Amino acid sequence: MVGEVIVITSGKGGVGKTTTTANLGAGLAHQGRKVCLVDADIGLRNLDVVLGLENRIVYDLVDVVEGFCRLRQALIRDKRMDSLYLLPAAQTKDKNAVSPEQMRSLTREVAEEFDYVLVDSPAGIEQGFRNAVAGADRAIVVATPEVASVRDADRIVGLLEAAEVPPPQLVLNRLRPAMVKRGDMMSIQDVIEILSIQLLGVVPEDEQIVVTTNRGEPAVLVQSSRAGEAYRDITRRLIGENVPFPSFEEDTGFLSRVRRLMGFGQSS
Amino acid sequence: MLDLINRVFGRDIASRTVAKERLRLVLVHDRSSVSPQLMEHLKEDLLQVISQYMEIDPDGFDVTLQTDADQVALVANIPIRQMKRAWMRP
Repeated sequence: MVGEVIVITSGKGGVGKTTTTANLGAGLAHQGRKVCLVDADIGLRNLDVVLGLENRIVYDLVDVVEGFCRLRQALIRDKRMDSLYLLPAAQTKDKNAVSPEQMRSLTREVAEEFDYVLVDSPAGIEQGFRNAVAGADRAIVVATPEVASVRDADRIVGLLEAAEVPPPQLVLNRLRPAMVKRGDMMSIQDVIEILSIQLLGVVPEDEQIVVTTNRGEPAVLVQSSRAGEAYRDITRRLIGENVPFPSFEEDTGFLSRVRRLMGFGQSS
Repeated sequence: MLDLINRVFGRDIASRTVAKERLRLVLVHDRSSVSPQLMEHLKEDLLQVISQYMEIDPDGFDVTLQTDADQVALVANIPIRQMKRAWMRP
């Protein structure tokens, strides 16, 4: 069985590609799937620190591509879950160290051993992006409800189409329902309408993401995290379950906050 | 509070609406930046189709995308030398 290669991309930097990759990977592994995360941001690797695996790196993606080691030697197993692996990016090389053809054959090789291969794309639309999308069967575009992010996401959607990747799905990150309610932030519907894209999930702004990232543990594994809850939903949608979209508008109410504190979150 | 009053009286447009409208416009422009090759192909196809009906001057033939504040238009300037006889009314 050959697994699915999914690229996580955004165009703009800092919107949550790496966080999303780490959380979806951990979420899928938690659901019992065999997952390999590939950090395609060569020269600026980050997925390792977000996952808390930075001290275990021996070989990296470029070493595999250049034949210095075998794929298995470069894969790092997660300390929490047996079925989650990371193929780290090289830190000292630059993006041109790898070609799209090499990435395509690499991801294909990885997909033979895993159910899911999640490729964390670098920001931008240059070589690093082309490498990241080269072997993708599917794409997830991450955007925040801000003009710069949505504009760049639109560009990425166009480039994915040109690269003949099937129509991407959107993860709308860092939504602040209270601001949307006040009319100070674009809503989920606004962004969907502008991008004419299918929605995969919405992740509310959550301070706990900072805390979990500080510790190097994905929020998706933290029951009380709102972003973690959103990532759990997205994970289940990724594996084909029909998970209803929670109404974030109600989430800001006092009652739902009390409910959450007492441990009866909405459907998770 | 002033902000709220302003909004109630409709003097201030919510920034959400401003953002959406600005994005809509900027994306119309972004998406219209097509490659020169595409324009060249389009030009050739147009020339071929129109030539079935009238004789046109290929040198004066010009196709461009014009963008203004709220829309993008395909503008073609096609000088006609003469109509084809076959299409004349009997």
